[in-house]
Formats: sequence, C-alpha cells, structure tokens
Amino acid sequence: MITSNERMDHFMNRINSGEKIEADDWMPDDYREALIRLISMHGISEIMGALPEKEWVPKAPSIYRKLAIMAKVQDEMGHGQLLLRVAEDLMEPLGRNRDDIMKDLFSGKLKFHNVFHMKAPTWGDAGVIAWLVDGAAIISQTMMLGTSYGPYGRALKRICAEEVFHAQHGESIIMALAEGTKEQRTLLQDSINRWWTSLLMFFGPKTNVETGHSHQDKNMRYKLRTKTNEQLRQEFLTKYVPRVWALGLTIPDPTLKFDEETSEWQYQQPDWEEFKKIVTGHGPKSKERLALRMRSYEMNSWVREALGTSKVSNIAR
Amino acid sequence: MESLEYRECLIELIYQLADDDFLLAYRGSEWLGLAPHIEEDVAFASISQDLMGHAALYYGLLEELGEGKIDHLTHNRSPDYFRNAILVELPNGTGTYLENPSYDWAFTVVRNYFYTLAKKVRLDSIKKSSYEPLQHIVQKISIEMSYHMMHWEVWFKQLISSTAEAKSRMEEAMSIVFAELGGVFSYGRIGDRMERLSLIESEEVLKERWMVYLNKENIQYSMKMKQGDGRNGIHTPHLAEALATLSEVYQSVATAEW
Repeated sequence: MITSNERMDHFMNRINSGEKIEADDWMPDDYREALIRLISMHGISEIMGALPEKEWVPKAPSIYRKLAIMAKVQDEMGHGQLLLRVAEDLMEPLGRNRDDIMKDLFSGKLKFHNVFHMKAPTWGDAGVIAWLVDGAAIISQTMMLGTSYGPYGRALKRICAEEVFHAQHGESIIMALAEGTKEQRTLLQDSINRWWTSLLMFFGPKTNVETGHSHQDKNMRYKLRTKTNEQLRQEFLTKYVPRVWALGLTIPDPTLKFDEETSEWQYQQPDWEEFKKIVTGHGPKSKERLALRMRSYEMNSWVREALGTSKVSNIAR
Repeated sequence: MESLEYRECLIELIYQLADDDFLLAYRGSEWLGLAPHIEEDVAFASISQDLMGHAALYYGLLEELGEGKIDHLTHNRSPDYFRNAILVELPNGTGTYLENPSYDWAFTVVRNYFYTLAKKVRLDSIKKSSYEPLQHIVQKISIEMSYHMMHWEVWFKQLISSTAEAKSRMEEAMSIVFAELGGVFSYGRIGDRMERLSLIESEEVLKERWMVYLNKENIQYSMKMKQGDGRNGIHTPHLAEALATLSEVYQSVATAEW
C-alpha cells in the first residue's frame, strides 16, 4: 500500500529529476489546479489577445499588410485552441470542459493578460503589439518551454516558433513607420508611450508585496516556470530598450537606466493597484472586449446546437 | 498583346475576378474572432487569406497590364470603378465588426458556398481562355479553391440537414443569395465581346453548369440581380462603406509608405 506521502514524494522526485508529467499520470490536486489556472488563462489570453489586433485587420494599409496581420491574428486563435485543448484534458477528470472555460471568462472568474484590456486606437498600436507585446510573450513563453507538464511544453514549442514570425511582422510595421513621414513617426511614438506601462506590467509584480498574492512560488516549486517575473522583465528591457532608442524613439520614463553595479535596469514601478484593477476586468477596454466575445458566443448558439444534432458527420466526408 | 479591344475585355474580366475575391476576403476578415467556434475561426481565416492572396495575383496581373500599383488598385479606387458582384459586398449582418456585430452564419455559409461553386465554374472556363498568363494564375488558384469548396460544402450540408431553426435560417439565407447570384455570373456591358474573344464561355453555359452541380440538393430558386449591377459599377452603399474602412489607414497620410 502506497501512502499519499510516498506518492507525493515520488511525484516531486520525477519533477526534480527533469521528467515530464503526462495527462494520464497521477498528479497532486493543487498541481492540476495550478496547471488549469495557468494554461486556461494563457489560452484565453491568446483568444482575447486576438481582439485588439483584429480591430486593425480589415484596415491594414496595403494588401500585403492585410494578409500578414490576418495570418498573425489567425495564429493567435490557433494558439488559443491548442492551449484550450491541453486545459480541457486536465479538466476532464473534474467534469469540466471548454464551455466552462468560456463561462468562467464571461463571469470574470477567468482572467486574461493585462495588455489585452487596453485600447489600440491607431495602426501604430498594431505594430507595437506585434513587436513588443509579442516580444514580451516570447520571453515569458521561452522560459516556460522547460515546464514539468509535457503537453504544455509541446504546445509552447510550436507557439514560440510562430511568435518569432509575429515579432518580425511587428518589426516590419515599426520600421515602415519609423522611416516614414513625420505623421507616421508621431503615430509610432504615441503608441510606444501608450503601451510602455502595460509592457512593464505584462510580467507581473516583482513579489507578492505589490498585489497581495502571487502564484510564482508554487509554480517555481512545481517547475512550471524557471524564472521570476523580475528576471523576465529585466531580459525584456535588455533586449528592447536599446532597439527602441536605436530607432530614435523615446521611452516615457526619465528614470530608466541600466545600473552597471547591479547589472540591472532601474525603472519607474508601474502602479500595481492599477494593474489589479485592469486584470480584474476594470481596464479601459475590458467590458467592451468581453461583450464582443459574449456576443459572438450568443449569436452563434444556434450553430452549436445545430452541429450537435447534425445528421451529416464531418469525419465521414 | 493583341488588339485594343482584346486588351479592354481582358482587363475588365480580371477586375471582375480580382474585386470579387478582394471584397469577399474583406468580409471574411470582419468575422475574425467572431466565428461559431475557435476551430472555425482558424479555418475561415485561412480561407480569407487565400482569397486575398488570389486577389493579389489578379491585381498583380493588372499592374503588369499598366493599370497602376496594387495598393492603388485596392485602396484608392472609387466605388464606381469596382467590378465586383453585389453578392460579395453585402455586409455579414447588422452592426459593424467593431460595434454590436450581429452576424449571420447561415448567410455566410450560403454566400461562400454558392460563390465558391460559381468561382469554380468560372475558373474552369477560363482555364481554356485565350490569355496564357491568366490561365497560369487560375490553375494555381484552383488548387486552393477546391479546399474552400469542401469546407463550405460540409457546412452547408450539415446546417441544412440539422435543426428546424438551422434549416429555416439556411432557407432564408438562400433566398437572399439567389437574389444576387445573377450578378456573379454577369460579365457586364462588354460580356458578349469577352465571349467572342474566347476569354470565357457564355453566362448561360456557366449558370447551367452551376445549376447542374447544385440540383443534386433539389433546390428551387432562380438567380437574380436585385440590388444593383456591380459589373457595370452600380453598387449598394455597403461597398462605399467597406472601401472607406479598408482604406482608412492607407489614405490617412498622403504619399506615405506603409
């Protein structure tokens, strides 16, 4: 007879020796819960993340930009699908499914990334989102590649490969604007000003002091992640601050500088109270984007119902 | 290149093909994020990209024929120069893609299925056309189009053989689509010359082939051109609205490269 302690020890040994946990393996309840929270939030963020950029798809300023941004937003939806499939497998033993994920989103129980609560009022934002928001996502997702949960790691591998194209697509939009007319440069600078704080917030608070709670420690113990929020933010700053400056653009933080002694970037802390408000559904666009998502869910309910009873099978053709 | 007349007819035909795909791709792009489920969102976005890619091939040919740059042709022509059929310019439903969209999936399925079927019939005929560069493009496009056909055919058959509500929505959608389907087959005012110059077969022959294909489903409707005559530049206000949206950024800074 194996005691529950022994089972737990065995599980932790597997994780600590670098083994991957698979969907059908035994796992402690709080590991499963942590995964469901993390992956369904990630998946739904991809889907909600399609919404700000989607605003610019029909308006992209040339046929090739239209093609590129459509492909990009499609990828995000595809990532969402991939991740929700992983989350669905984890939820199955608990008797929950994708419909529950959608309902949790609509009720506000399931949160999505702070950046996707923000306004994207110009074409410059389409560029900045693809270049810097996707750039930030690459940094945090690359760190997760070594995650102890196998199915999540495999999904991330595919996602990261596509994100690289997105950042290049963003860079191309940014370059055209940076090398363009005075109006275009202003458009770009305004977008960077608008997005800077959100980009710092993207990685989450440094410690739980800022927001009162954090899943960071548990997620590190379970090897779901390998770096802290602050480490990721520092990597982002190291990679992108010099690039922004090289384009002759400015960053709206006069205190921003690299401290040679500590080898760290110093920056103005974003307002973490504001962050809390945003991710709990009180950001500038939270309600509108959720309403759009809900609307699509409701206006197509007859289709889902029809598919459930259709006599013609998709597979049979 | 042969006579001036040949050139005129050829250019007119390519505009019809290009503008049809371009506008329907645009309508498809408005659905992004709003499709019935996530899997369909991904699939539909692929199709819309393909259609826009097809349009880009045709516009490329027009550019070679001296009609102007692709971006000008797509983002800077006034509505009466567009040669698309009314069917592809009609909105997806009420509201806009940004505000209060109330989009009609039944209409989208029927429009896309019937359009793709008409596109197949048209392209098959153009494969025998007298202009070789167009033949090459059409052969390329046909490969992707066959996947679109399968996709919309599955949707069409599933929904029409499902719940009573789905069936009635599909029938309603069919009556709207048939009312404009005649405009898809029309070649406009110089159509008879297009036929004479062997660019494409007659409208009647193509319509008949389309009907033969669809009659397997026992559908009794007739094709009309109810709200306008797109091939002759007579459009609904929906086209002007669509063009204003799709060219908003392009036109916001004159002379800019994007």
